[in-house]
Amino acid sequence: MSAPVPGVKGGIGQPILRKEDARFVRGKGSYIDDFKFPGMLYLDIARSPYAHAKITSIRTDRALKVPGVLAVITGKDLEAAGLAWMPTLMSDKQMVLPTDTVMYQAQEVVAVVADSRYAAADGAAAVEVDYEPLPVVTDPFKAIEPGAPVIRTDRKEPSNHIWHWETGDRAATDRAFATAPVSVAQDLYIPRIHVSSMETCGCIAQMDPVSGRFTLWMTTQAPHAIRTVFALVTGLPEQNIRVISPDIGGGFGGKVPVYPGYVLASVASIKTGRPVKWIEDRSENLQADSFARDYHIHAEVAAERDGTVTALRVKTLADHGYTDAAANPSKFPAGLFHIITGSYPFAKAFVEVDAAYTNKPPGGIAYRCSFRVTEAVYTIERMMDILAHRLRVDPAELRLKNFIPPEAFPYRSALGWTYDSGNYGAALAKAMEIIDYAGLRREQAEKRRKGELMGIGISSFTEIVGAGPSATFDILGIKMFDSAEVRIHPTGKVLARFGTKSQGQGHETTYAQILAEELGIPADDIRVEEGDTDTAPYGLGTYASRSTPTAGAAAAVAARKIREKGRRIAAHLLEVSPDDVEWKDFAFRVKGVPTKSKTMQEVAFAAYTNHPAGVEAGLEAVDYYDPPNMTYPFGSYICVVDIDTETGQVKVRRFVAVDDCGTIINPMIVDGQIHGGLTMGFAPALLEEIQYDENGNVHGGSFMDYLVPTAVETPNWETAKTVTPSPHHPLGAKGVGESATVGAPPAIVNAVVDALQPYGVEHIDIPIHPWKVWQILHTKRGPAP
Amino acid sequence: MATSARPVAPAAAVTTAGAPISRIQVTVNGQPVVAEVEPRTLLVHFLREVLGLTGTHIGCDTSHCGACTVHLDGKPVKSCTVLAVQASGRQVRTVEGLEVDGKLSPVQEAFIEAHGLQCGFCTPGMMMTATALLARNPNPTDAETRDAIRGNLCRCTGYVNIVKAIRLAGQKMQSASSAPGGKP
Repeated sequence: MSAPVPGVKGGIGQPILRKEDARFVRGKGSYIDDFKFPGMLYLDIARSPYAHAKITSIRTDRALKVPGVLAVITGKDLEAAGLAWMPTLMSDKQMVLPTDTVMYQAQEVVAVVADSRYAAADGAAAVEVDYEPLPVVTDPFKAIEPGAPVIRTDRKEPSNHIWHWETGDRAATDRAFATAPVSVAQDLYIPRIHVSSMETCGCIAQMDPVSGRFTLWMTTQAPHAIRTVFALVTGLPEQNIRVISPDIGGGFGGKVPVYPGYVLASVASIKTGRPVKWIEDRSENLQADSFARDYHIHAEVAAERDGTVTALRVKTLADHGYTDAAANPSKFPAGLFHIITGSYPFAKAFVEVDAAYTNKPPGGIAYRCSFRVTEAVYTIERMMDILAHRLRVDPAELRLKNFIPPEAFPYRSALGWTYDSGNYGAALAKAMEIIDYAGLRREQAEKRRKGELMGIGISSFTEIVGAGPSATFDILGIKMFDSAEVRIHPTGKVLARFGTKSQGQGHETTYAQILAEELGIPADDIRVEEGDTDTAPYGLGTYASRSTPTAGAAAAVAARKIREKGRRIAAHLLEVSPDDVEWKDFAFRVKGVPTKSKTMQEVAFAAYTNHPAGVEAGLEAVDYYDPPNMTYPFGSYICVVDIDTETGQVKVRRFVAVDDCGTIINPMIVDGQIHGGLTMGFAPALLEEIQYDENGNVHGGSFMDYLVPTAVETPNWETAKTVTPSPHHPLGAKGVGESATVGAPPAIVNAVVDALQPYGVEHIDIPIHPWKVWQILHTKRGPAP
Repeated sequence: MATSARPVAPAAAVTTAGAPISRIQVTVNGQPVVAEVEPRTLLVHFLREVLGLTGTHIGCDTSHCGACTVHLDGKPVKSCTVLAVQASGRQVRTVEGLEVDGKLSPVQEAFIEAHGLQCGFCTPGMMMTATALLARNPNPTDAETRDAIRGNLCRCTGYVNIVKAIRLAGQKMQSASSAPGGKP
C-alpha cells in the first residue's frame, strides 16, 4: 500500500477563497475613478441628439466662458492632427469626433476639459451645435436596398453593404435539402443588447511633456494590444507608452474596444501637459459604447424521417451600426458563427452572413461572448426544438439520438472545426436526472389538462473558446497567444505576471492555484499581477473565455520550464546526476529513493546561493503559449417555466445547468462564473433589448428602460458538472466564463415555446416580455375548453 | 479652509470657481467632518472626492444600480440621489466603516466565504444594503433577502452567492450574539 500523495495548499481543484476579496470587501479596490493625481483635469463630452445629421456650425465660446473650463476639442482640431478617425479592431474606421456628419444618436461631438468634474459637465452643456438632419437608416434590410441613403460616404463603395462571408459547401447543402424528407425553417432575431458592466468605461491620460512618457490608466481588458494600437495610431514610441489597467468593475467584452473618450483624454493631456480624467456616465455607456448581437437569422435544418439531422443552411444579416468595430479575430468577420452545427453531426452545412451599416453606434461586439458563438448556439438549439415539435418527438430524445458520440472525438465538423473532446449525452442525462425530466413531463401533461401553462426547455450547447492558434487567430495582425512570466524568489515565494487582465474572474487566485499545483508552492505564497504593460509580459488580454486556455496554459508550461532547471539544481544538492532526479508528488526526488528529495523552496534558495557550475543563477521562466487548437466546453441546461395566463409573465421555476469545462481549477470560482453567465443569458431572453425608432432615437439608453435583472427576477440557479478534459491543454482545462451566457437563452425560449404549445406557437423572438406572451394568449386560439 | 476633526482638502475636485458655497457638518464613519461644498454637490461626490472614501462607487445616473449605497442615520440611501448639504448634521456610514478595530464585519466575512463578489464594484453598496437588512431582520428568508437587494444591481454573480452570503452573515451575527460573552 502506498502512502497518500501529499497535496499542495491551494492546488488545482480546491475551492479556496479569493485573494482579491480582501481589498474589495473593504472598499479598497482601485478602479479607474478612484485615482486622483495632482493637477488632474476632467473631460466631458457634448453628444449628438440626432442619429444622422450634417453639422453646420459648432460654437464653443460660451463653453469656454464657464468658470473652470480650460479647453475644448472639436473634430476639426483632431483632423489637423490626423486623429479625427481611427481604426477599429476589424480594420474599419471609426470617428473620434466628427468633422462634418454625425452618424448615431449620442455620438461624441465636442470634448470639454475643465479643472473639476462639475465644470466640465457645465462646459459640455454650454456647447452649441447646429445640425441639418439627414435621412436615417435603422433597418439593415432597408439599408442594403438599392437607393438607400449611403451612411459612410467616406468609403469608395457607395453602399451600406459592408461585407459578405460564407463557409461550407453551398451546392452539397442545397442538394441535401432538395432531397430531404423533412426540413424546418425559421426566422430568428437576436436583438441589440449591452454589457452594462457595473463600472462604466473611463481613463486617466498623462503625458509628461519633459520625458515624453505617456501613461494611460484605462478600463481595458487588453492593455498590451492597446499600447501597440496607440503607438501605431499616434506615432508615439511604444517604449514611452505605458498602459495600466487597474481593478476593473466588470468587462464582458465591452472594455476591449478603443472608445473616442480614451483618445480625447489622451489628446487633452498632450495639449495641456496635465493628467486628464474621462469617466462615462451610465447613459453615455448605454447609448454610445459598443453593443452586441443584432443578428437577423434565417435557419433551416434538414433531417431524415426518424429525426436524424443531415444538413444545415443559414443566411444572416448583421447590423453593425455605422462602423464594423467587432472584436473578432481578423480572419473571421462573423466571428466563430460557424460553430453553429453545434453538438450534432451535420454531414452538410452552409452558412452565409452579410453585414450592413445603419445609423446606430457600433454593434455586434460583445456581451460575454464577442465571437458570435451565442448567436450560433441560440440558432441551432432553437432549430432542434422546432424540428422536435415538427416530428412530434421529445426534444431530449431528438438530441440524444443526434449527439456526436463520445468516441467520435476529436471530431471535425462540416464547417471545419476540430472539436477537442466531448461527452454530450452524459451531460444531458445528468441534467435530466437532477431535474427529474420524466416527472416534469408528467406534471406538464396534468397541468395542460387543467389549462395551466408550464414549459420545459433544453439546450445542449457546444462552445468554442480559447483563441487561439496563431496560424488562424490574430487581431490587427497580432497573434492571439498569451503569456506568463514566473519568478521564484530566494525564500521560495513567487511573483507571476500575465498578459491577460481579470475583470472579476479571480485570476489572482486561479493562476496562483495552477502555479501551486505545478511548483509545489502554496497558493498563499504566490502573487499574481496583470494589467501593467511596463511589467507584464505581452498578451492579448481577457475576453472570449481565453484566459485559462491560453495564459493558464502558459503558467503551467512556464512552471514546467522552472522544474526542468530546478531538477539540475536539485541534483547538485542531492549529489546525484540530473537524470536520476524526477519531479514527483510536489518535490524533486531521487528515482527509486523518493525519501531523498528537495522541495522547490530549497531549490529556489540554492538557485541564488548555491547554484551549480554551468547553471545560471536565479529561478524564473517565461512562456508565450500558442494553443494548438481551440477548446470546446459544452453542457446541457434544462429550464422549467410557468406562465401566468392573466399577465403573460414568464417565471423561471427551476434551471439546472450541467457544465463541462474540462479540468476545474477552483470549483467555487467556476460556479460563480456559471451563475453570472446564466444571469447574462436569462437577461436577453426575458428582459434586455436596445431598440431604435425610425429616427434613430435609442430606447433603452438608461437603467430606466434597459432592464438589467435584479435579484428578484433572477432564478436560483442549480449547477452540476461533468468533467471531460481537453486533450491538448496542459491541464485539461477549457475555459468557462461565457458558456452559460451562450447556453442559457435557448433553454429559456424553448421552455416558453413549449409552454405555449397548446396555442400552436412555433417561435417567439427574444426578449420574451409579458406583453408578447399576453398577445399570444389573447389572439391565438388556445386549447380546446 | 474648512476645519474638522480630520484634515480635509478643499472640495476643489467638485466645486466651480465663483459658485456659492455651503458649510456642512457631517459625521462620517464616526468622525465629525466640517467642509465647504457647492449646494449641488452630491453626497457620493463629497464622500469620494472630498473625503477620499472611494469605496462608495457610482454605477448609474438614475438611482437604479445601488453601487453608491451608504447609511444615512442608519438607513440605506443611494448617495447619488442625496445632496451633501442634506447630510449635514447627520450620521453617514460607508463601506470603510464596516470593519471595526481590524475586524471585518460578519457581512464582509460572509461575502468572502460565500463567494458573494466577483469584480467587487457593486459589493460595497450591496454590503451596506445587506447590513441594514440584517439589522432589522437577522434571519431573512431567501425571498426577503432578494427583495431587500432589489435596488442593488450586480452583473457578475447572478445573485445566488450574494443571497447565500447575506443569510450566512445573519447566522454569524446570531451565533455571535448567543455565544457566551457575546452581545445580548
